[in-house]
Amino acid sequence: MPKPSLALLAALAVALGAAAVVMVFFVAPEDVDQGISQKIFYVHVPIALTAYAGFGLGAWKGLRLLMTRNERYDLESYTAVHQGTIFGVLTLVTGAIWAKASWGVWWTWSSNQLVLFLVLFLFYCAYFMLRFSIEPGPRRERISAVYALFGVALIPVSFFAIRLANDFIHPTVFTREGPQMTGTMFTAFCVSWAAITLLAYVMYRAELSGKRTDANLRALREALAS
Amino acid sequence: MSSGEKYVAAAYGVFLLVVLVWVAILAAKLSRLERETGELARLAGSRPTGDLADG
Repeated sequence: MPKPSLALLAALAVALGAAAVVMVFFVAPEDVDQGISQKIFYVHVPIALTAYAGFGLGAWKGLRLLMTRNERYDLESYTAVHQGTIFGVLTLVTGAIWAKASWGVWWTWSSNQLVLFLVLFLFYCAYFMLRFSIEPGPRRERISAVYALFGVALIPVSFFAIRLANDFIHPTVFTREGPQMTGTMFTAFCVSWAAITLLAYVMYRAELSGKRTDANLRALREALAS
Repeated sequence: MSSGEKYVAAAYGVFLLVVLVWVAILAAKLSRLERETGELARLAGSRPTGDLADG
């Protein structure tokens, strides 16, 4: 099946982003407890979920590399982990801003979900140190893939930490009884989530395309020089 | 602007800023790739056609 064009996806991401802004600020009601600062939820949570998706995709591509030995998966895994890390930084920054607005502090070490997300983020930061300390080639591809796969085990731990530890500091919006918010709030969240996920996918495809062109140019330069 | 509104503006602003920085980095990379492609095209054009056909 042919992939949809990048320009079309980018246009769709911009349209969804605009719809999300309208939904969040003009349709969804203000939260009774937190007031206007609850609006950060609509950007913070989708960003965090996108970071998890980036790390998960990196691990999946790493697994594909180990199974098939096809080197194209190395670049795909690396790009996905890179996207996950960018969104990881955004998760930590927007989370800190929300924490300051809601709890009065930028960070608290007593929240298991915060600490576990930081551990996950730092784990994937180390991925780049490991990757760039090894000479390019099959060995680097395999080691990077194995590392990306190990990291994915931290995702469910980070995601479910709050539920397992009965953490009362970090709010739990999605419980077994469903989303703990009104209908328009949930719709605004879904539109925002779709916009940010699509934006991340566009970023992933554009970055991957640039890296592949870079690699092809390098190979062409070497062929012309010989 | 209330303090709550300032925090909301900061959170959305940071997100927008990161996306804009990413677009700027991508634009710079595209510009470099365009330059390098031009250099390679000139290099390939300056070589006798037999060289390229021989691989």
